[in-house]
Amino acid sequence: MDLITPGLGLVFWSLITFFILLVVLKKFAWKPILGAVDERESGIKNALEAADKARKEMENLKADNERILNEARAEREAMLKDARDIKTKMVSDAKEEAQEQATKIIAQAQEAIEHEKRSAMAELKNHVASLSIEIAEKVVRQELGNKDRQLELVESMLSDAKLN
Amino acid sequence: MCTFARNLEQGIFKLFIMTLNTLRAVLFLVFSVAFTNLGFASQDNEDQDKGFNATEMIMHHVKDAHEFHIVDWDNKPISIALPIILFTDNGLTTFMSSEFHHDDSGTHIVEKNGERFVKYHEKIYQLAPGVNSLTFDEELHPNNATTPLDFSITKNVFMMWVTVILLFIIFISAARKYSKSNNNIPRGVASYVEPLIVFIRDEVAIPMIGEKKYKKYMPFLLTVFFFIWINNIFGLIPILNGANVSGNIAFTLSLALFTFFIVMFSGNKNYWKHIFWMPGVPVPMKIFLMPIEIIGMFVKPFSLTIRLFANITAGHIIILSLMSLIFTFQSVAIAPVSVGFSLFILIIEIVVVAIQAYIFTVLSALYIGMATAEDDHH
Repeated sequence: MDLITPGLGLVFWSLITFFILLVVLKKFAWKPILGAVDERESGIKNALEAADKARKEMENLKADNERILNEARAEREAMLKDARDIKTKMVSDAKEEAQEQATKIIAQAQEAIEHEKRSAMAELKNHVASLSIEIAEKVVRQELGNKDRQLELVESMLSDAKLN
Repeated sequence: MCTFARNLEQGIFKLFIMTLNTLRAVLFLVFSVAFTNLGFASQDNEDQDKGFNATEMIMHHVKDAHEFHIVDWDNKPISIALPIILFTDNGLTTFMSSEFHHDDSGTHIVEKNGERFVKYHEKIYQLAPGVNSLTFDEELHPNNATTPLDFSITKNVFMMWVTVILLFIIFISAARKYSKSNNNIPRGVASYVEPLIVFIRDEVAIPMIGEKKYKKYMPFLLTVFFFIWINNIFGLIPILNGANVSGNIAFTLSLALFTFFIVMFSGNKNYWKHIFWMPGVPVPMKIFLMPIEIIGMFVKPFSLTIRLFANITAGHIIILSLMSLIFTFQSVAIAPVSVGFSLFILIIEIVVVAIQAYIFTVLSALYIGMATAEDDHH
């Protein structure tokens, strides 16, 4: 029966010993150890969360960058298109103007030519008229001498005048 | 419906566990009584032929002692004397155990302040005036002596204190490692104990007690776990003569008392309601359940006491019995068998001592968890 009868002395010492052990270990071991473990775990948790947040931010940033890049690309595209349009327009405008100018110049030239021609004609007419008068004078003069000669003269005169 | 079913299920489970524990306890009591009686019964015959008495040897090793006996050398015992502290009718009496001169048969009388003491089977008796030797009644109890209150620093108390010092050294130095490192990285001994501490926290305290309340009980659970474990391990070391601290019912009872009082003081309204007036069952059932629950309240620490005590003591008895075979058969031929089996059991015991420490901790946490559980299913 001794084996299963708790001895008072040992119960007493066990209780006291365990109580002291509990108090001392609680103060000097479990508190600091559990505190350190908790602190570290929360530190790891925070670090992981921060990393997650940073990654998300990075993703956002990346998306932003992508968007900005796309916008820039679109803008460039638009600008290039505009520039091309302007160029085309300028070229066509210039072409038109040149055409116009050319037409004008040609018209002027034609006009000038016409004018020259007309004045030349007038001069020629005048010349022909004076020549005719001269001829007529000579013919008239010849008529006075010989009729045949007069005709001959007219004829030669005319053949001379034909050249001009 | 669901909650009722769950309640019922829990109730049945609880009842089952309780019955099982009680059954175990009763069986163990029956066996140990038979065992010790056998020991006493065979005493007389064995004493006469001076042969090897396995029972006596085993009981001697399993039980507590007043001196720390290490080895017999040249027929002289070598032992550490321990202080004996007695409370008699006249007050405190102290002397060293060496004054008994290793006598355990009640023949050597130590006289202090006119009081005379003898030690018989590791029990100290105060002889009645004028008596010079113990006489026994038919139940083998001394009838001419009184037993003073014995608060001696026995072998177990001594080993317990050795354990305490070891625990202080391990865990306080582990705690220092944390305060030294600036980022709480465990180094040295801390890296060995931290997994165990985290294990107790994550696998015992949090599942059993719950995330909200476990912190308050962590120091108790950790202390109980390591105290039992280290004591169990010390019990397995042969040169310490198997100081069977955790296999002593007084020790396990003390630890169970701690669990019991912690449960009592942390029990909330919900817990007490479940004991005295079980909610969710008809009134006759409530009246029927009340005594069962009240008995359960005491059976829990009782089962803790018996479980640890029986498991550790059983391990010691098995190993010692196997070793006794050599002397019982008085043959060296049996030695390899004995040693082989002992080794086998010893290896199992290494596992058992850790498991028993774990089980005590888990069940303590479970009882605390039951006492502090929030009313969640009504």
